[in-house]
Amino acid sequence: MSAPLVQLTDIRKSYGSATDLEVEVLHGIDLALAPGEFTALIGPSGSGKSTLLNLIGLLEPPSGGSYVLAGRETAKLSENDVTALRATQIGFVFQFHHLLPAFTATENVLMPGLIARGRVTAERREAARELLSDVGLADRLDYLPRKLSGGQQQRVAIARALSLAPPLVLADEPTGNLDTHSADEIFALMRRFNARSGTAFLIVTHDPRLARRCDRIVELVDGGIAGDRPNLASKGDG
Amino acid sequence: MPFEWIVALRFLREGRLQTALIVGGAGAGVAVVLFITALVSGLQANTIKRVLGTQAHIVIRPLEEVARPQREAGAGEVVMPRVEARAQRLRSIDQWQALEPVLDAMPGITAVSPMVSGPAFALRGDASKSIAIFGVDPARYDRIVAVGEKLVGGAFRLGPDDAVIGKELAKDLGLAVGDRFRTLTAETDSPVTQTFVVSGIVDLGVRDLNRRTVYVAFRTAQTLLSLPGGASQIDLKVDDLFGAETIARGLEARTGLTVESWMRTNEQLLAAINAQNVSTGTIRTFVALIVAVGIASVLVVWVVQKRREIGILRAMGASRGSVQRVFLLQGAMVAVAGSLLGSALGSGMIAAFTRIVRNADGTPLFDAIAVPGWLYASAVGGAIVGGIVAAMLPARAAAKLDPAQAIRM
Repeated sequence: MSAPLVQLTDIRKSYGSATDLEVEVLHGIDLALAPGEFTALIGPSGSGKSTLLNLIGLLEPPSGGSYVLAGRETAKLSENDVTALRATQIGFVFQFHHLLPAFTATENVLMPGLIARGRVTAERREAARELLSDVGLADRLDYLPRKLSGGQQQRVAIARALSLAPPLVLADEPTGNLDTHSADEIFALMRRFNARSGTAFLIVTHDPRLARRCDRIVELVDGGIAGDRPNLASKGDG
Repeated sequence: MPFEWIVALRFLREGRLQTALIVGGAGAGVAVVLFITALVSGLQANTIKRVLGTQAHIVIRPLEEVARPQREAGAGEVVMPRVEARAQRLRSIDQWQALEPVLDAMPGITAVSPMVSGPAFALRGDASKSIAIFGVDPARYDRIVAVGEKLVGGAFRLGPDDAVIGKELAKDLGLAVGDRFRTLTAETDSPVTQTFVVSGIVDLGVRDLNRRTVYVAFRTAQTLLSLPGGASQIDLKVDDLFGAETIARGLEARTGLTVESWMRTNEQLLAAINAQNVSTGTIRTFVALIVAVGIASVLVVWVVQKRREIGILRAMGASRGSVQRVFLLQGAMVAVAGSLLGSALGSGMIAAFTRIVRNADGTPLFDAIAVPGWLYASAVGGAIVGGIVAAMLPARAAAKLDPAQAIRM
């Protein structure tokens, strides 16, 4: 097996200062994600799923433990290095309202590249259009998010997460606000990119039906890992 | 275009109403500053021009004669003198002929005109009027006081028997160009009379001067006032109006003569101008402050409204610095737009003002207020700096946002 993409060792996270009432949300998480793995993260509300996702996504630092992303110990990185690492290694898919409302579908997809490189080239614009065509939005390229349906917005979000071809995409309930049909489509789309370009996905979901279609299911209960099992039944699905 | 510019512009476009309000506010501020500055400097320039229209910038006179006690106190003595101030005779400036070319060559001095002046009476028929005789060289004097421009009849030409007289005096004595009148010098021991032909009538803009002024040829005045070869004062004009006092002090130190600048003789005017400058400066500062606070407060609201988007941008790899620059740029952009709008508005207000507000006689209040380029440049430059400074607090708040929290909202 190749070196893990994500290696969490005894990760802890607490909120509130020591003098204040300190609440530990994650109690020593050990978790490794291999490149190209398609993993579901399930668990009841308040179990720490979103916090874990934010930690892996480098949006907040852990209070303790070690986090190695793509071979680099993140605790030793400066603020700017963390930002740069996030930009190149991780794509985010949030719930559907997390597109930039002032920018069109194409511009939203271009944004990570614009941030990383400072400029938009004609090739990047073409690539963004192709990516959007790929997710079935060839006729919605220049629509503002509010003119798109929930499913369409989430497709844009996926295209945006994939625009810099990061090795890992983190999705926080990507189908949470969608009807079953749209949810299935979005899920199929992520599986397709996973199969085609070997992008690893970590998907937080409440929907057991969707979790069953992932290759691996990690269950979080009360800030600890309660279950971590491969899901062989998923193969050939999606 | 760099990322920060694109995002800043798009945010501004997205919040049209806020952008319009903030730009409008900044524009109004800049317009007020421009208008007040132009108005006040126009009024000041006008006032000074009017005052100095009949005055030299600097006047050189002989030293006053001072009486001294007959006996100074020696060692161990006490002398209690009673010294009366002397009556001042009409005297010539010592060595003025030597001084003239030196003054001509001095940098900063644009015109030099020696003059012989003294009191006399003008007589015609039974009427007699007290007058002041100014003996001048027309070519030189015209550059100190533009008599030629102020003529209401005749020409500023001074032959040996010619006189250019004030408007009121002409009326009082019933004189027209070409008419004759006699003068009688006021010297008590040997009064001299001479007949003059009126070659021009001048309106100096001040009634009192118009009633007394009689310009005659320099040499004629020397003879008339018994100062052969002499000059009772030298009038100077300088290129830097407000440097006149400095030049005057320098001249006084070098020549040992009495040198007075217009700033000394018009101290009240100068004090008024200074007070005006202070008050316009205060107004400008406060307007700038209000505009900056306005920009800052709108941007603060903006940052709160854009929390989630800021979080998304950060999640996509935008650094804290980037986010901060987005808001600083927004501050600068609204300031630039506001100052351009304000410049247009201010110019319009000034144009309208000069057109509507006029003197009692219908002439324009100003000879067209020119708004200098540096005023626009400093308004725009000041607005940009102000906008960026105003945006600093909100920009820092935006940069400090915790992306994980901002997204969760």
